[in-house]
Amino acid sequence: MTHSYKATCICDNLKSIRTFVEETIASLAFSEVERNRLVLAVDEVCANLIIHAHQCNPEDNIQINIHQQEHQLIFEIINRDHQPFDLKAYQNPPLSKIVQERRKGGLGLVLVSEIMDDVSVNVKDDTCTWQLTKELKSSTTKP
Amino acid sequence: MQIKEIEEEVFYTIQIFGDVDAASSINLDKAFDKVLSLKKEKILVDCTHLDYIASAGLGVFISYIEPFKEKNIQFVLFGLNEKVKDVFQILGLDNLLKMEDTEEAAKIHL
Repeated sequence: MTHSYKATCICDNLKSIRTFVEETIASLAFSEVERNRLVLAVDEVCANLIIHAHQCNPEDNIQINIHQQEHQLIFEIINRDHQPFDLKAYQNPPLSKIVQERRKGGLGLVLVSEIMDDVSVNVKDDTCTWQLTKELKSSTTKP
Repeated sequence: MQIKEIEEEVFYTIQIFGDVDAASSINLDKAFDKVLSLKKEKILVDCTHLDYIASAGLGVFISYIEPFKEKNIQFVLFGLNEKVKDVFQILGLDNLLKMEDTEEAAKIHL
């Protein structure tokens, strides 16, 4: 089963994106903390794309697809990014460095990689797709 | 998100309401920046009504660890719900920031 949501690239839409994700996965037997983690991971990717890839341009948009499979939950965040993020070249910065440098950013992808079982970025033609995968435990799907 | 500030005796309390995400974290940043300029030394951050925090919000807390230390400003968070506390714990921030369950316990720290 796939659920989709499209939003324009403004930060004020992050709340409605979170609501979409939360409502879509509400039927799965995640705890409140686990559900919040999944919502957070999608929120972080969307915020990065809206702010850095699209400079909060309300004429651009992103689409979120949630595919519920038997053993996996796959979150796709699709956008038209002319300079897609090079995830393979990215290394999580050490927390001590962020504290020392008084940086406000740089933690989003650390959270995403801690929460999800797999994160990938695929580019085809002018479409960039972030794919976040969460393996489902056998007890996660409600009968 | 909303922020309220309360000054009571030696304590300066920042109350956070709602969601702190990439859109709203700027308001939390302004409140912390104000603390620096006011030279308050005992800061309580009331998270009782904080429903959600994203990395942009965590970043605000992290970015003030060093400036507060330099100015001898102590701050303690209290009242975090389970899911908000979990977000701090994912990155190990619960080891860097002082957190308590109640306001009373937070005041003892200061």
